[in-house]
Amino acid sequence: MDLSAAAVGPGERPEDQQVVIEPRTGWQLINLGELWRHRELLMFFTWRDVMIRYKQTALGAAWAILQPLMMMIVFTVFLGRMAKVDSGDFPYPIFVYAGLLPWTFFATAITRAGNSVVGALNIVDKVYFPRLVFPFASVGAAIVDFFIASTILICLMFLYGITPGWSILLVPGLLALATMAALGVGTALAALNVAFRDFKYTIPFLMQIWMFATPTVYMNVQDLAPPSSASQQAVAAEESSAASPAAGTREAAKPEREQERGSLSAGIWALLHLNPMTALIAFFRAATLGGPLPWKSLAYSASVIVVLFAAGLLYFRRVESRFADII
Amino acid sequence: MAEQPAIRVEGLSKSYRIGFDRAKLRKRQLRDTIVEVLAKPLRHLKQGAALGRTEEFWALKDVNFEVQPGEVVGIIGRNGAGKSTLLKILSRVTYPTEGRATLRGRTGSLLEVGTGFHPELTGRENVFLNGAILGMSRREIKSKFDEIAGFSGIESFLDTPVKRYSSGMRVRLAFAVAAHLDPEILLIDEVLAVGDVEFQKRCLGKMREVATQGRTVLFVSHNMSAVQTLCSRGLVLRSGRLGVDAPVDKAIRQYLSYLSDTAADAFTEHNPERRGNQAVRMTGACIFDENHEPTQHLIAGRPATVEVHYVNPSRARQVDLYFTIFNHLGIAAAHCNTVVSGETPRRAGSEGRLICRLDNVALPAGQYLIALSLHGDGAETDLIPNALVFDITSSVFYKSGRLPPMQFSTCLLDYQWEHEVAETVSAAGG
Repeated sequence: MDLSAAAVGPGERPEDQQVVIEPRTGWQLINLGELWRHRELLMFFTWRDVMIRYKQTALGAAWAILQPLMMMIVFTVFLGRMAKVDSGDFPYPIFVYAGLLPWTFFATAITRAGNSVVGALNIVDKVYFPRLVFPFASVGAAIVDFFIASTILICLMFLYGITPGWSILLVPGLLALATMAALGVGTALAALNVAFRDFKYTIPFLMQIWMFATPTVYMNVQDLAPPSSASQQAVAAEESSAASPAAGTREAAKPEREQERGSLSAGIWALLHLNPMTALIAFFRAATLGGPLPWKSLAYSASVIVVLFAAGLLYFRRVESRFADII
Repeated sequence: MAEQPAIRVEGLSKSYRIGFDRAKLRKRQLRDTIVEVLAKPLRHLKQGAALGRTEEFWALKDVNFEVQPGEVVGIIGRNGAGKSTLLKILSRVTYPTEGRATLRGRTGSLLEVGTGFHPELTGRENVFLNGAILGMSRREIKSKFDEIAGFSGIESFLDTPVKRYSSGMRVRLAFAVAAHLDPEILLIDEVLAVGDVEFQKRCLGKMREVATQGRTVLFVSHNMSAVQTLCSRGLVLRSGRLGVDAPVDKAIRQYLSYLSDTAADAFTEHNPERRGNQAVRMTGACIFDENHEPTQHLIAGRPATVEVHYVNPSRARQVDLYFTIFNHLGIAAAHCNTVVSGETPRRAGSEGRLICRLDNVALPAGQYLIALSLHGDGAETDLIPNALVFDITSSVFYKSGRLPPMQFSTCLLDYQWEHEVAETVSAAGG
């Protein structure tokens, strides 16, 4: 009979055979095994998010491309042409698109993840499965958007005659880091949003501010390398609009001013890198368009991302047992 | 595994922190009255200190039971007795505050049909999504898809977005998915309450099928006849505690007699069943027999009177009373109101008394519950589902003084027999 046939399928999970339900308080581990067993459901939710996102829109999935593309045009006109923001060795449009692409992914993923649990109240209240599926699926859907929008970057590279080097192979790793960052922030916001609906209004605003606080999206922050103890490489972020070759000569010319500025820029450097997207975006641009790869910055950011990821997920796990009660 | 219970619940408790909104305040007061009797001075002090902050409310308290594999158990109780909370804990939607529950076997919960249905997706897409949400694997859904589509009876609309479905079609599709869930333990909450009669019948049929397949089922419902036909055992919850754990007939009887006991405070603030804004409010009601003696025992075929007192602080200009008589299975047996009868002056006073004279109580033997609903200017202001109870034990309705079997009737019809025969058979047989 079909009951036994079904029981042999992937739905049969020995771990499900006995479930002990007990009070839950305090911190919980992130049960990756359980999440893995629900990967099909995760795929379903990701697929649903992708499917419904552009339903009954005239342009459909083109929206995934249009958003960063329009931003690129606006940034090119106002920052590139009018404010003449430094874009390093690249034409401003492709420079800014290479920054907007990962940023848009990050912002979309967080916005959608942040609203994922609140948007599924009727499910949270009725069926059990790991609650992390909701924000994870939202981030998954944003990855799909990222791939769609990537085609424009490829077109632009073709247009400007930029041939990527071997470093383009690092992009999946960067995407993984950005995904972890988005998951960390997104899950925390999703959990906070359940208790405080204020976050529904805060998230779009937060992402806007965050973008401007991530200067690598729209301008060339010349040297992301950390200031060494002798502050040899200290180039303050506020100087970044100066031409790049000047940095080395100025450094040698004014060592005593450098000393002063070294401490200052160390502060700014740390502040900039507390925001993991700063280095991630710079690295993404360097990996795709070419240029020196800011490994040290990336390493620093990666550690921040790991902390964010763990903190976000742990917070989510801590409060998820109350979701159905406070919704 | 056969010796081990499928479900074991030990000391399960759940408390909610509640604010002071009105509906919950009433629950709190209900609890308070119970608590006050037990630990008056101390608790009173504590509550004084807690006032103005949040208050703890025990939706479930120290519930213990076991369910053997293959048992079909009904959970019954009044609103707010903790039935849904119990099912939510067993479904792992929410967590207990104390105690533990152990479930052995693949568990499926059906607290609602069509959970996660998305209006923008097509019927086909929703079948997959809903199936996955309920715990089916993709392969499982694929293999059962044709069966599900056939059961729903809406094959030709499967590629139409669900938002264009009628609500009936949506429910059919949702139930078709749910019906093909194959867990060893099934937790079901009130799903039969939705849909039309035809659909409910179908649900019951499917449920009966499930119940006979040796699966363990825990079933919460207000529909006593559904509980009675499906379940072999009943658990009665009272204010979060397990009151009765008995064979289903006994459990239902105890539940109904408990309901009648609580009818004493039906008109107080403490009645958790009471609903409405109380703009026009009932203050009391009584049933009288033909001699105008208050009674709870009526005789089928004799007159009776139902009186309801109300106060009208909001000065509603028109007051209407609706009442429904439910039998021991929770089935509505009869309904009376001031609107359809077209004879009662409906102009209201600042207070008043509505009197309904029943010329002939044409009901079979059994226990009955009257739900009263008072309307002020057309809107329901006060609803008391457990307002009055009475029973019928004897009858003068038919000449024999006997009554038809109660499982076959909800009311009595007045009829005359004629018997036309060709030739009377003689006693000797020819």
